[in-house]
Amino acid sequence: MLTRAEQRRGLAGGVAALTVIALLVLVPVAVLLAFAPAGIVQGSVVDDYTLSLLHFTLLQASLSTALSLCLALPVALALARQTKFLGRIWLVRLMALPMGLPVLIGALGLIGIFGRQGLVNKALQALGLEQPISIYGLGGILIAHVFFNMPLATRMMLAALERLPQEYWRLTASLGMRRLSILRYVELPALMRVIPATGGLIFMLCATSFTLVLVLGGGPAATTLEVAIYQALRFDFDPPRAIALALMQIAVTTVILLCLNLLPKAEDTAVGEGRLWNRYDGRSRLARSSDAIIILLAAAFLILPLAMIVVSGLSADLVRLALEPDFRQALLTSLSIAFCAGASAVAVGFGIIGANHVLRDRRSSSRASRVLRSSLSAVSSLVLLVPPVVLGTGWFLTLRPFGDVNLFALTIIAAINMLMALPFVVRVIEPAFRTHAAQTDRLCAHLGLTGWDRLRIIDWPILFRPALTALSFAMALSLGDLGAVALFSSQDLLTLPWLVYSSMGSYRTADADGFALLLGMVCLGFTILGTVGNRRHR
Amino acid sequence: MSKHSPGLEMRNVRLTLGATKFHFDCSVRTGIITAITGPSGSGKSTFLNLIAGFEQPDTGQVIINGHDLSNAHPAERPISLVFQDNNLFTHLDLFTNVGLGIDPALKLTAQDRRAVSDALDWVGLSGMEKRKPATLSGGERQRVAFARALVRKKPLLLLDEPFGALDPALRGDMGTLLLNLHRETANTVLLVSHNPDDISRLAQDMIHIENGKVVQRH
Repeated sequence: MLTRAEQRRGLAGGVAALTVIALLVLVPVAVLLAFAPAGIVQGSVVDDYTLSLLHFTLLQASLSTALSLCLALPVALALARQTKFLGRIWLVRLMALPMGLPVLIGALGLIGIFGRQGLVNKALQALGLEQPISIYGLGGILIAHVFFNMPLATRMMLAALERLPQEYWRLTASLGMRRLSILRYVELPALMRVIPATGGLIFMLCATSFTLVLVLGGGPAATTLEVAIYQALRFDFDPPRAIALALMQIAVTTVILLCLNLLPKAEDTAVGEGRLWNRYDGRSRLARSSDAIIILLAAAFLILPLAMIVVSGLSADLVRLALEPDFRQALLTSLSIAFCAGASAVAVGFGIIGANHVLRDRRSSSRASRVLRSSLSAVSSLVLLVPPVVLGTGWFLTLRPFGDVNLFALTIIAAINMLMALPFVVRVIEPAFRTHAAQTDRLCAHLGLTGWDRLRIIDWPILFRPALTALSFAMALSLGDLGAVALFSSQDLLTLPWLVYSSMGSYRTADADGFALLLGMVCLGFTILGTVGNRRHR
Repeated sequence: MSKHSPGLEMRNVRLTLGATKFHFDCSVRTGIITAITGPSGSGKSTFLNLIAGFEQPDTGQVIINGHDLSNAHPAERPISLVFQDNNLFTHLDLFTNVGLGIDPALKLTAQDRRAVSDALDWVGLSGMEKRKPATLSGGERQRVAFARALVRKKPLLLLDEPFGALDPALRGDMGTLLLNLHRETANTVLLVSHNPDDISRLAQDMIHIENGKVVQRH
């Protein structure tokens, strides 16, 4: 029921969005392939060192995933049972924070708790043990990955449990089912619907994790492919090795994505905000105390590093840091990159969503629309397929013949951040867009409201809120990103995360803490801005 | 055009949606209220969608007032519509919602603006131009949709379960409003309804649809 002109515009937008994405992703991949060292096919580039990198990458991702899931399980069960636990809703909301927290800041917080001078080791020393925990190496990477992903897994599992109808809990109580049979016959079957997809997602995040491994790993024993690519390019300046590693990384993510596609989908929808049923099995003293211990431990694990960021940030000389020219320059650079990345992600996102809408409306099954439909749905995978560092490497090598790479750096970083934010932007805008279209499409077609008039009177007043939400989330994501920036950073190109990272590297720990807090506040500001817009929209 | 030539004709109209096949071949008298009845899922809404232009026939013709409009865009058809719900843009006030029925770019002359206020007055919502739909009851929102139908001055009015979401007392009032609107504008009305009281009170003709076909006419 869209007019021809509307269909043309929608499809043109989709084709434009696809072209931009394809250019940004496929050009660097093509260059990587074209410059691939001759030995890569015969396997001579795949030496023991590369294999050990691959091995470590997969090992740490598997362990991180297993640990995150195993630790999330009791926490989700306890939170689902104790619906009236004091501060429960705030804890559940807080669990969404690590997903949006710049990874570097989280790492600093974790170092503050688990590092050599951290709370945990001091406590253990007081008990007479000599520094038994090291935040660096495999152990540290695992702690950090669990910190970032266990809350995500908990929220997914809790959502699955909260979706069960109240009758289930009345029934288990009246049948006199014990903890173990409830777990076996009610809770686990519900959880098994979300655990595979959650695990797959966490594995993907950990296998392509860059910043945490850069900060906490190191040495051949604890380096992943992503970090090795960065080192090959930045320190050894060994492009053939970087290319070989980048291609290997693409192969790994392709295999993971193909496996992920086989798993059932799980959604993190409105967790903790929905109906809270009475849980009769959570009322005994034993259940209440054991659940309370589990919840408090999880809360401490989550809150202590976050609190540490604030405490050590505040003990730095924030005013002096904020007035430093480096900081102001980095803030300006970061904000410009973030705004360009966010705005273009929203534009490209609207292109994709609009074209999808036209294709649904037409119900046509011509070959062209089939091709467009499948390319549009492949976009999000395409973006995940080539991690930021690999994209950066590809673009670095593409642009090198054309002069100083630093001249293009800002554009490339913004473009890579745009691609990273795109899946989130589409997830924020698409539901609002669909609801809006369902409510207004027929009426607009009937009244002849099309083109500019429709945009001005009908669409913009409703859709600008979700667009603003998506923009601020995308900007927060871009502001905290170190992956794309790392390859290009220099004295001339200073971003906030790079400022934090280089302060850490030059042992200006207090400054790093201060900058991290400032960066965190900027990101938090954008996230709150987005959430407020979203809530008012509802 | 004579008083008794059909206001609407469906000539051998065929449409396939998924696994469901529709075939409509019938006509509707001008200036009369015709009820469309049939069990849910029988194709009543598809029948209206074909007339309104939200669906286009695979074969056959939809003829409105003597013009073949089978493939015309919904906005090009001389039609006013009242749905069961979502009749109004919730973020726009009543004046704008009704005004969009006159001009989709909202370029309204002083006369148009008066017509909008008069129409709101006529449906019993005088002085509520600046109100938002959310502050209205379900019945009042339907009245706004009727006001918009009034200002559009189109010869054909399609109503898809317009009283479906209202309680019985309101149904009576709204039925009266519809009859008044019909007399005021002498339009042709197609009314999809489940309610036997509405049909016997409002409609002169009836088209019964089952399994995607017109099976009975009165």
